[in-house]
Amino acid sequence: MVINSRFFNRSELIGFFALALVLFVILPLFLDIFRLNLVAKYLTYAFVGIGLVLCWGYGGILSLGQGVFFGLGGYCMAMYLKLEASSVANTKIQSTPGIPDFMDWNQITQIPLFWKPFHSFPLTILAILVVPAFFAFIIGAAMFKRRVGGVYFAIITQAIAAILTILIVGQQGYTGGINGITDLRTLHGWDIRTDHAKFILYFVEVVLLFGCIIAAQFIRLTKLGRILVAMRDQEDRVRFSGYSVANFMIFAFCAAAVFASIGGALFTLEVGFMSPSFVGIVPSIEMVIYTAVGGRMSIFGAVWGSLLVNFAKTSLSESFPQLWLFGLGALFIAVVLAFPNGLSGIWADYVQPRIDRLLASRKPKSAPGYVADGAPAE
Amino acid sequence: MGMAALPAITMLPRPSFADVPATSAVNTTGLAVTDSEVTVGILHSVTGTMAISETGSVEAEKLAIEQINAAGGVLGRKIKFIQEDGASDWPTFAEKAKKLLVNDKCAAVMGCWTSASRKAVLPVFEQYNGMLYYPTFYEGLEQSKNVIYTGQEATQQIIAGLDWVTKTKGAKSFYLLGSDYIWPRTSNKIARKHIEGHLQGCKVVGEEYFPLGSTQFNSVINKIKLTKPDVIYAIIVGGSNVAFYKQLKAAGIDLSKQTLLTISVTEDEIDGIGGENIAGAYACMKYFQSLDNANNKAFVPAFKKMWGEKTVIGDVTQAAYLGPWLWKLTAEKAGSFDIDKIAAASPGVEFKGAPEGYVRIHENHHLWSKTRVGRAKADGQYELIFETADLVEPDPFPKGYQ
Repeated sequence: MVINSRFFNRSELIGFFALALVLFVILPLFLDIFRLNLVAKYLTYAFVGIGLVLCWGYGGILSLGQGVFFGLGGYCMAMYLKLEASSVANTKIQSTPGIPDFMDWNQITQIPLFWKPFHSFPLTILAILVVPAFFAFIIGAAMFKRRVGGVYFAIITQAIAAILTILIVGQQGYTGGINGITDLRTLHGWDIRTDHAKFILYFVEVVLLFGCIIAAQFIRLTKLGRILVAMRDQEDRVRFSGYSVANFMIFAFCAAAVFASIGGALFTLEVGFMSPSFVGIVPSIEMVIYTAVGGRMSIFGAVWGSLLVNFAKTSLSESFPQLWLFGLGALFIAVVLAFPNGLSGIWADYVQPRIDRLLASRKPKSAPGYVADGAPAE
Repeated sequence: MGMAALPAITMLPRPSFADVPATSAVNTTGLAVTDSEVTVGILHSVTGTMAISETGSVEAEKLAIEQINAAGGVLGRKIKFIQEDGASDWPTFAEKAKKLLVNDKCAAVMGCWTSASRKAVLPVFEQYNGMLYYPTFYEGLEQSKNVIYTGQEATQQIIAGLDWVTKTKGAKSFYLLGSDYIWPRTSNKIARKHIEGHLQGCKVVGEEYFPLGSTQFNSVINKIKLTKPDVIYAIIVGGSNVAFYKQLKAAGIDLSKQTLLTISVTEDEIDGIGGENIAGAYACMKYFQSLDNANNKAFVPAFKKMWGEKTVIGDVTQAAYLGPWLWKLTAEKAGSFDIDKIAAASPGVEFKGAPEGYVRIHENHHLWSKTRVGRAKADGQYELIFETADLVEPDPFPKGYQ
């Protein structure tokens, strides 16, 4: 496989501009604000998907607990927004005005210590980036240094997702419990509930998404990316070549965690609340499914996968409220059976060759990074 | 009433245009109202873990809508409904609520069941100025212009029951149990304040919570056997109930001798628990399927005719049935579908045809209703033991109980 010296090769460049065109121009032009806000919600999962492409598709580390990091980012943002929404004026009817409503219901009279940093916006942003990275580092170090990988790692991440959910639900005085943190209003004094704000937030999100795409592409193209692929395919050989496999794995896992966390924080902003139902096992697995549908080797595929699966979810459930889950299930099975490489596989196998022929230029069939002949087994 | 079960929409003559107020007069805010139709939303979980509880509410709301249409509709317009699935998932509820209000311009939405789903949709209803009819008994501490709470709030359900049990059973000691989330915790807080502050010589001897879906109750049952409380006060929800009552029976606690008072087990839950496992327990709520009044005698057969002989009707199902009717009566009182006018006209609206008897909307958008105590029988029904003489005033922010 030839690694192109350019940042994007031609087919990736087409993918990049196609995505940019759709997200920046076509969707905002043709969707009303309600649907655009839904798209914004779907796109928050694309951040998780990009992380999974790096850590699962390239690094071979299947994490079934990305909801944990999505949730950490989401809760950090929600705590900041909740403190802002819980001004004394807004919470006059409580026994203790000035604290979040769910604390008041649970007889807590003071804002707990770990909530305090979230009074500050810069500290919140810092927390969104650092907390999940730190958490992923601890998990990664504990697992990879002991050479726990593959299925065992997947199971452990899943257990962590379950544990965090139980913790959040159980400590409802500090976390809002199963209801989550609701009724968020302003960001730094700016009302995030208005249509205008939703419009701006959408563009902020798309810009951040492209930032993450470029960062992921950068990681992929450096020597680091090649080591990840080598590690996935022949872990022992990489180790014998003198590389510290564990450190590279930890890095990929941390990077995926930070991407997921950014997605979670944006989710809170777009949707206006955060709850433990995004942290648990089911959402974590769903996030893996989005990536699988999009094609786990393709960064753009992850974005399209998140968009299309969630779009199918919404439209199926609107049309068939009682049967939609079966339809969605059938869709997954069909995609996995017929197109094991997901949407990006369809693109590379059927669409890309035609474009190439149309342009009548001789290019290698597979784009770098995309493995056409069957993704390596996990 | 029997006619209600037929597809009445096509059968009945349309009312003449003379007595139908013009659309421009009854709808000044762009809701989905035409000369012949008005659209409402139904937003419950029909998939996921809550489907088993919420299905009854959906059925009751559809029955009410059909009956209203058969009787001529609302302000001369037939009700058309759009159903959305909350999928037992709170963010989905928020998304669908927004869709019903922004996209479909529903004049009212009947929906939600759990507190979590209501909390998720509340900001949506307030922001887009919609009207929600919420059927579940719940923890209180909430009041909104955009919500009518057709179930009981916590003090209505709790205080009368505790007074009854101390008076008739001479109870002095209470063991409080609950599933671990906001409703049982808040309800037990109110119960504790009432027991310790208002009932002479009564005390709480234990209070414990279990994660939602928990099935292990052996250790708490042992503690109950040790402390021998006069009353077990149980607010356990959903599937956990099955395990709890079976284990209670297996441990030799006979509910005909040990008083157990619950506020969370309706006829729907008994269906899963099995009547023989819970026979003898007392439940405190506002409606039982066995109520003996003319309204209920018409309601129960109509419901069974539409949804099958085997269906049971619990407290929340009945409260859900009130939603469309209260909305219709309010719209007719206001002479308009506008949300602001509906919200303003709601206080004082009475519904004399309620299966539970008579209800009236309070200024705080909750219902005045009677509180009743029933005793579970082996056939899965409750027999009415006690009901308050007067309607109980709803008090979502009870002084001295917070």
